[in-house]
Amino acid sequence: MHAELDQTTGEKMVLNFGPQHPATHGTLRIVLELDGESILKATPHAGYLHTGFEKLGEHLDYNQYIVVTDRMNYLSPLSNNFGYVLAVEQLLGIEVPKRCQYIRVLMAELSRLADHLLWLGTAALDLGAFSVFLYSFREREKLYSIFEKTTGARLTTSYTRVGGVLRDLYAGCEEDIRQFTTDFPKALRETHALLTRNRIWMDRTKGVGVISSEDAINYSLSGPCLRATGVQHDLRKAEPYSSYEEFTFEVPVGTNGDAYARYLVRMEEMIQSCHIVEQALDNLPTGPVNVVDNKISLPKKADAYGHIEGLIHHFKIIMDGHGIQPPRGEHYSATESPNGELGFYIVSDGSGTGYRIRIRPPSFFNFQALPHMLEGGMVSDTVAVLGSLNVIAGELDR
Amino acid sequence: MNEEQTALVLEKLKEKYGSSLLAHAEKPDGVIVVVNKENAYALLEYLKTDTEFAYTYLVDVTAVDNSQLESELERFDYARFIVVYHLYSYRGHPRVRVKVPVHERALRIQSVTSLWNGANWLERETYDMFGISFEGHPELRRILMPDDFDGHPLRKDYPLRGRGERESFNFERQNV
Repeated sequence: MHAELDQTTGEKMVLNFGPQHPATHGTLRIVLELDGESILKATPHAGYLHTGFEKLGEHLDYNQYIVVTDRMNYLSPLSNNFGYVLAVEQLLGIEVPKRCQYIRVLMAELSRLADHLLWLGTAALDLGAFSVFLYSFREREKLYSIFEKTTGARLTTSYTRVGGVLRDLYAGCEEDIRQFTTDFPKALRETHALLTRNRIWMDRTKGVGVISSEDAINYSLSGPCLRATGVQHDLRKAEPYSSYEEFTFEVPVGTNGDAYARYLVRMEEMIQSCHIVEQALDNLPTGPVNVVDNKISLPKKADAYGHIEGLIHHFKIIMDGHGIQPPRGEHYSATESPNGELGFYIVSDGSGTGYRIRIRPPSFFNFQALPHMLEGGMVSDTVAVLGSLNVIAGELDR
Repeated sequence: MNEEQTALVLEKLKEKYGSSLLAHAEKPDGVIVVVNKENAYALLEYLKTDTEFAYTYLVDVTAVDNSQLESELERFDYARFIVVYHLYSYRGHPRVRVKVPVHERALRIQSVTSLWNGANWLERETYDMFGISFEGHPELRRILMPDDFDGHPLRKDYPLRGRGERESFNFERQNV
């Protein structure tokens, strides 16, 4: 009976998914060619959020561009701030003080937690688990309060500066973070209890959106999506930056590269990030948070208003054509952002603005591999697979 | 990464592709080789398939418009664009950056999609932003800009704002 029906119709249905769809969490679009409920072909379309961030980099000076980097990634802006200034500092050939490195690690790991929490909440919500969304957003809210107190903003953090950070941690920051790291494992256990052995959750995610480790490498996947396939690769271990070699943590890997494995990897990464945060607080060095170099770091306000040297240094850094001017050359620097390898390739012509700023966004590659994971599957899995990839449209389209 | 390994991959490339290498350097962020367009694909294929180096991971493909960088233009026979490939190896070898000069009179280069699936969108983006064609690409069309868009926004002669709208106001152009 079934075979007969297939022969009589033989027609494909084209289903348009997005750009405005509750499960896309941003503006992206997939065109699905369906045979009944199975997907024959999936064509992802990007570009709906294209903002010309790379072009802007050629017109803004090195500190101004930090503002652009956090708009690029609206789930973990701090790690983008971090990745960008690291590239500029390496281009300049400077190293920031130890305390600054630790604060950056601290903030990067907290933002990894915030990213994974938001991902967890929305991915579960897409599959109908509403309470997980509430639990994870409750925890994320605590993190955002810490971000707000530290940087002055919840989303548009712009916390790092070339050669340091905006300001030191606020008084009482350590207690706030310690409170969070104490409470968090319990909250995560609640989520585990809700999802990990949940029949519906397992049915929806296990064996869905599978990609092998060879294919994952061939598609240039990185981050949790790559590690879920069994490749133990983390830039924090492979090419340690900003003192990551001084921290002890595990790199969780999955085995079969399906949506469930990506879920488990992210869940374990949150625990590991918590450990890193605790270590950063335990061993937080004292000292300045900015490089002691008047050509790079802004002087204190009192100096800028009270002394002629301070005023001149302030003027030189701020004014167009005087500011931070890396030597002519180029540099590529990559960090392990919550979604994978976030690279900045900067070409400098020796002036105060970059000649070319190229961003290597992890989401671009994760979204590109989507057809590979969808084709041959069922249309209802689209939401589960897309959710498990955590595509950030702002970063995808730049 | 250690210095020995840096030297190793560069030595090997010099030995195999010595005549087609236009420049090379060892930098803190990896090995940089500039290779002519004719041998670029062969060199990339070698780096990927060689069992010792195994640069199986394509990090990035992009381009730089050198038209406002006089020294770079002179260095590479006035080639306006440089196509840049970033490679990564899981064997602990340093990152490799392969740069290929492309002249404006022949804006074409062989696609590497047959080596890496990940190159597909990267080459589409480079085409979209710079107008460089990748020969042998399965579907070379714009990715970030709309299909009917004119121009290539990351070229240096493309203004930050105003093209299109600005050109339709003739009186503004007379004032320039």
